[in-house]
Amino acid sequence: MTITQSYLNNLMASVGYFAPEIAIVVTFIVAILFDLMFKKSKNIAAYISIIGLIITGFILSGNIGISKSLFDGLIVVDPYSTFFKFLFLITTILIMVMSLSYKELYDNNRKVGEYYSMLVGITFGMFLLASAVNLITIYLSIEILSLSSYVLAGYTKEIRRASEASLKYVIYGSLSSGIMVYGMSLLYGATMTLDVAKINVAILSGHVELFPIIIGGLMILVGFGYKMSAVPFHYWTPDVYEGAPITITSYLSVASKAAGFAVFIRFFKDLYLLPATSDINIWNTISNFHWQTIVAVLSVLTMTVGNFVALWQENVKRLLAYSSIAHAGYILMAVVVMTNVGITSILLYFVFYMIMNLGAFFVAQLFANKIGSDDLKDYIGLGYRSPVLAVLMTVFLISLTGLPPTAGFIGKFYIFTAVLDKGFVWLAVIGVLNSVVSLFYYAKIFRNMFLRSVADDTKNNFKFSAPAFPLSIAYVLAFATILFGLYFSPILNWAENSVTMFK
Amino acid sequence: MEIGLTHFLIISGILFSLGLFGIATRKNAIMVLMSMELILNSANINFIAFSRFGGFNMEGQIAALFVIILAAAEVAVALAIVLNIYQNYHHVNVDEINKLKG
Repeated sequence: MTITQSYLNNLMASVGYFAPEIAIVVTFIVAILFDLMFKKSKNIAAYISIIGLIITGFILSGNIGISKSLFDGLIVVDPYSTFFKFLFLITTILIMVMSLSYKELYDNNRKVGEYYSMLVGITFGMFLLASAVNLITIYLSIEILSLSSYVLAGYTKEIRRASEASLKYVIYGSLSSGIMVYGMSLLYGATMTLDVAKINVAILSGHVELFPIIIGGLMILVGFGYKMSAVPFHYWTPDVYEGAPITITSYLSVASKAAGFAVFIRFFKDLYLLPATSDINIWNTISNFHWQTIVAVLSVLTMTVGNFVALWQENVKRLLAYSSIAHAGYILMAVVVMTNVGITSILLYFVFYMIMNLGAFFVAQLFANKIGSDDLKDYIGLGYRSPVLAVLMTVFLISLTGLPPTAGFIGKFYIFTAVLDKGFVWLAVIGVLNSVVSLFYYAKIFRNMFLRSVADDTKNNFKFSAPAFPLSIAYVLAFATILFGLYFSPILNWAENSVTMFK
Repeated sequence: MEIGLTHFLIISGILFSLGLFGIATRKNAIMVLMSMELILNSANINFIAFSRFGGFNMEGQIAALFVIILAAAEVAVALAIVLNIYQNYHHVNVDEINKLKG
């Protein structure tokens, strides 16, 4: 058999497992075409995208339990990536449904076709990122993900703060991806391969220079840290989250962050994986260089800075932005231990974090539709003006704090268990103290809503609620938040079955 | 004198540092984007040089091609965003676009 033929056979064998990604690309193209063809119906791209992504979900369910390397080791399909892909799909569909009722987006008779098709584009980038095991694929998928997010952050382009957000996003984003690709070139130079598994083999063989590998790894960490919005690579987060349309803010804070964590965990696990026989700490492959300490410091910095700066925020979007930085810090705690228990807790946490964070942003969006503001001072008295929404918001905020009986408590509980399991008592203590601090600023929101008297001017005193359809979505999210706080074993089983990565 | 791997690495190191310096000091958004290109191209030089002096390993050449393509795509998006900034602010001075802070 000639070489060409073996490549062709490999290609044909791989395409079947690549079907979900192909379905997304088809959705993307069809959504754009139909948006151009049927100019009368405004939301046609949205409906096509949602239907296409649901179909993708069905195709993706065929990949459950499969562990396989595709396209000559460019990407892999394994339970770990499939878990994240489902997470991205659910998030994207929820965000699209939420966007349908977002007033700011539909103001000024704006065309929204590109908005929805670009969300599909981001989903494609995240799908690739979750299964990338080659330096080129990692860089390529991070760029696919970023390019659409830059545009979406400034989608409401005549609003000044949105265009400022997209400018800051594009500058910080391309800087960090530039540093990352330089780090990749160093890794390539030291080992002469772009395949992460082969780099690992080269490191284990002991015949390579370790210095460029360590520096390259640190530079790649900059790129991932930017996606995860870990301190000190978080500078873009508050500005972009405040300026961008609120649906995009919640999307970036859940899906984009999850994608960053997915590739971060897989990359470092693959890169420094010891031979399968040992279950000792995988961070210690390179002796004399303490990756574990670096990630631990990153985690402590991330949650502390996130929580403490959130204390004096006056804008709800910005406050939730800092809270999402803090949550990245909690999740990084479990990355420090990097055991199977730790990765299970991360997967579990992301499911719960998706539900409660999307819920909180969604209620903030419904408020903004009516009162036209995200400022904390405009939330005064909302508990009387719109009791239903205010109670829903409180449920999500309690869950974000991590109090029982909500999903947030279960998520944090498992992360702390994983951390204590490996003996990192000091890390767990800092995490718990940070949760206490976070209660203070979340409480600021519901204190403003319920405990402060309504302003006297009659103009801003009307009672309101949300339309039935958005309200029912908020109900479902709140119900899930409480349900998963009491009964979570299906999600836990799913997460436990999803920690296997392709080797 | 024979031109070796070290020379290329020094050039790429200089380019990378100049890019970082440019991003930190330049006020004009276009200049910031140009500095970004320097960083990406320094990575390209690394890829090609390692490939050339590592026995013509093709993966580096391919990586450089990918970086060039993505740099072009990124600049297209970034220029559109800068254009939009110009329409809103009538200047592209990065230092003065700071309504969001705190």
